Amino acid sequence: MAKQELPNIPIVKGEPAYKIWIFEPGWKGELPLLTNPREIAENKRSALLPGHRLCAGCAAPIIIKLVSFAFRGPTIVVQPTGCVEVSTTIFPYTSWAVPWIHVAFENAAAVASGIEAAIKAFKRTNRLPYDNIDIVVFAGDGGTYDIGFQALSGMAERGHKILYVLYDNEAYMNTGIQRSGGTPRFAWTTTTPVGKAIPGKPEWKKPIAEIMVAHRIAYVATATPAHWLDLMKKARKGLEANGPAFIHALSSCDRGWRHEEKLTIEITRRAVDTCYFPLWEWSPETGYLLTDRSLAIARNPKLKQPIEKFIELQGRLRHLLQPENRELLKQLQEYVDKTWEDLLKRAVNAPK
Amino acid sequence: MSRVKIPPDKQIILNVNGDEAVAYALKQSLVDVVAAYPITPQTIIVEKFSEFVANGEVHTEFVSVESEHSAMSACIGAAAAGARAFTASSSQGIALMWETLYIASALRLPIVLAVVNRALSAPINIHCDHSDAYGMRDSGWIQLFVENVQETYDTTIQAFKIAEDERVQLPVAVNLDGFFLSHTLENIRILPDNIVEEFLGGYRKVPSINVDYFEDKVPYMLNPARPITIGPLDLPDYYFEHKMALIDAMKNVYQVVREVNDEWYELTGRRYGDGVIDTYGIEDADTAIIVLGSAAGTVKHVVKRMRSQGLKTGVIRIRLFRPFPYREITELLKDIRVVGVLDRGISYGSYGPVYLEVNTALYDLRERPIIVNYIYGLGGRDLSPHEIEYVIRELHEIFEKGFVENKLKFIGVRG
Amino acid sequence: MSDLRKWRELPLGGVAYRLSTDYKTGDWRALKPVIDYAKCTKCMLCWIFCPDTAIIWNGEKIVINYDYCKGCGICETECPVKAIQMIPEFKGGV
Repeated sequence: MAKQELPNIPIVKGEPAYKIWIFEPGWKGELPLLTNPREIAENKRSALLPGHRLCAGCAAPIIIKLVSFAFRGPTIVVQPTGCVEVSTTIFPYTSWAVPWIHVAFENAAAVASGIEAAIKAFKRTNRLPYDNIDIVVFAGDGGTYDIGFQALSGMAERGHKILYVLYDNEAYMNTGIQRSGGTPRFAWTTTTPVGKAIPGKPEWKKPIAEIMVAHRIAYVATATPAHWLDLMKKARKGLEANGPAFIHALSSCDRGWRHEEKLTIEITRRAVDTCYFPLWEWSPETGYLLTDRSLAIARNPKLKQPIEKFIELQGRLRHLLQPENRELLKQLQEYVDKTWEDLLKRAVNAPK
Repeated sequence: MSRVKIPPDKQIILNVNGDEAVAYALKQSLVDVVAAYPITPQTIIVEKFSEFVANGEVHTEFVSVESEHSAMSACIGAAAAGARAFTASSSQGIALMWETLYIASALRLPIVLAVVNRALSAPINIHCDHSDAYGMRDSGWIQLFVENVQETYDTTIQAFKIAEDERVQLPVAVNLDGFFLSHTLENIRILPDNIVEEFLGGYRKVPSINVDYFEDKVPYMLNPARPITIGPLDLPDYYFEHKMALIDAMKNVYQVVREVNDEWYELTGRRYGDGVIDTYGIEDADTAIIVLGSAAGTVKHVVKRMRSQGLKTGVIRIRLFRPFPYREITELLKDIRVVGVLDRGISYGSYGPVYLEVNTALYDLRERPIIVNYIYGLGGRDLSPHEIEYVIRELHEIFEKGFVENKLKFIGVRG
Repeated sequence: MSDLRKWRELPLGGVAYRLSTDYKTGDWRALKPVIDYAKCTKCMLCWIFCPDTAIIWNGEKIVINYDYCKGCGICETECPVKAIQMIPEFKGGV
């Protein structure tokens, strides 16, 4: 069988545009975390190859690309069922340039735990040809908030050294935009449509990142693809953490949130600007720390945008802008404000 | 016996119950990952094994997962990473991991699962029947049933060898009866550690596969040197083909089970029929009883006694239930006139699963025996010698009469 | 998908045997990005944000890989100097 070749597009320094990540046995060292975009473009390659069939304008592959720029060396990726798994591995094609496994919907954290255990057993018996293999889970909100929660909690409790990245598109997007525990209140989804009696999802969004803080794991952070440097740094911190690490990344979905494809990054930017999705990190040593734009907003409250700025671009929430829903909009703004105030109180680096 | 490599006096005598026997077998089998969740009557396996782990006697990484579903999921992850993985469960636990069982076999991962057979709820019942094993019979797992604690030890070790054979690459379930075997002490003989390691060929070796984007074959595992994608999405254009590979692999299992049984005989002096089926007194029998698991012991005992009264019954203990030994059953029963199939479980709305299989095996015979289904022992109800005697007499009555009115019978139930 | 393989030709366990770089998602486009090199400051933001790694930095300039570009327009929105413009893929408009 002829060896299939990647498109041969050479870049400066002989690096090809796309490559499969190969770490020969005995590979040592650590891939550096680069922060200069030019350097990144010349030295880093995404772990996700093009030709994947995610929707045009999907934020998830951007998140995966950015996290993969923070990988330290040999890495195994585990995924539950969801948008990314289904769109990047349609047999016989695969978009993954690193070892990858999918088993079922609710068990990504359990599968990752098993892999981590196997690696420990190999190390113990001198059968691991590397110093270390990192394990990263890319899971959607379906496979994390709801059906996958038990496995995640068990993984956190047992203290496996795994980086769990949640790409949160706030609904079961892969199966057709049904609501999940991560859907915000009042959002339109196919199982919480905006009707005459009920205006969208009646329940508030589950505070998953705070729940992971309550598990007292090694590192928890929130991130967005718009704040790409922040995301990369947090991913690296998560990999370096001495225990389970959890990153909650907001992943805008043009299909489910009903927005134009080109606004994907802008919407996640506004999510932070309006404090709907604040950027912070937590570890047992540091406590809550605001980062990036959210820290700037804490220092200069005038930068905080009203929630309309986030809503106006999205069809799923736009009904809140109608005059008859003024009360609902107020409730949402109050909720966002209160959660923000709460975070300011807890954040160690918020100005007093 | 002189050709036996490790004669009985060189083997170590242990007084253990079935669960402990599994734990001792694991201890010697160079298992890398055990991910398990406790459930009666499997608990002693994980408890005993935890002692070995805590004393540093094994290199195994023991993961105390938070549910049986996660137990099998963690085993799948570990096996995909190239490790030798094991878990154990019963009843509700097996039912909970149901979806992952299908995945494990389709991904062709040689995981070993000890099923300590226990009845399925409702009502909740912690005692022995085969409903949990029957519930997973379509899942693509190899299923072996053991009769006593010695066989439990022997078969657990053999399971790794069968599973990892290049021609098989399928997960294996070792079924031992809950409480009757799991909690009953027997004197057994076990092998020295190094002999077991040699028998298994050391640590697990993964097979190699071909993918288009690597020149040479690559190991079938999550390997940063040769990254592959395990568990992709299939559309209707490929799913059927993928399942054919699994169907085909099942055909190789009989041969491998027999070979391993022979190898074990040369090693220890012990074997279990031909590995697939074990028989007693079938050569000159008029009637036959087919049975799985520990009840076979009692059945053989009663059959022996009844023979002295002139009732010639043969016993067939099916050791390999999946893949089902159709050819062997057809061959053994072609001259038998009446067969009683004992099932320790039932498919509601139908018959006992072994009965259904036996019918399939015998349908094409020119002269078919009369096949009667006896459902027994649900929820741990004991099968007494008295009841077996009744069955033997009834089979001979049917033999005399030449017909039976009712093919589905229930032993020992009130009302 | 004309070379549908027989089951004996498939790898063990259903492992995916082809890279998706064979699958050219470029034909999904209705709009295509065009770069005005006079304006481009080589800030790399379009490269960072492209969901399909269809933007390539070849050491000298930003190049769009039209084999995979799905025409989402994120690059046009995020370019700080408006050096990218999305134009209709087909004559006669979208």
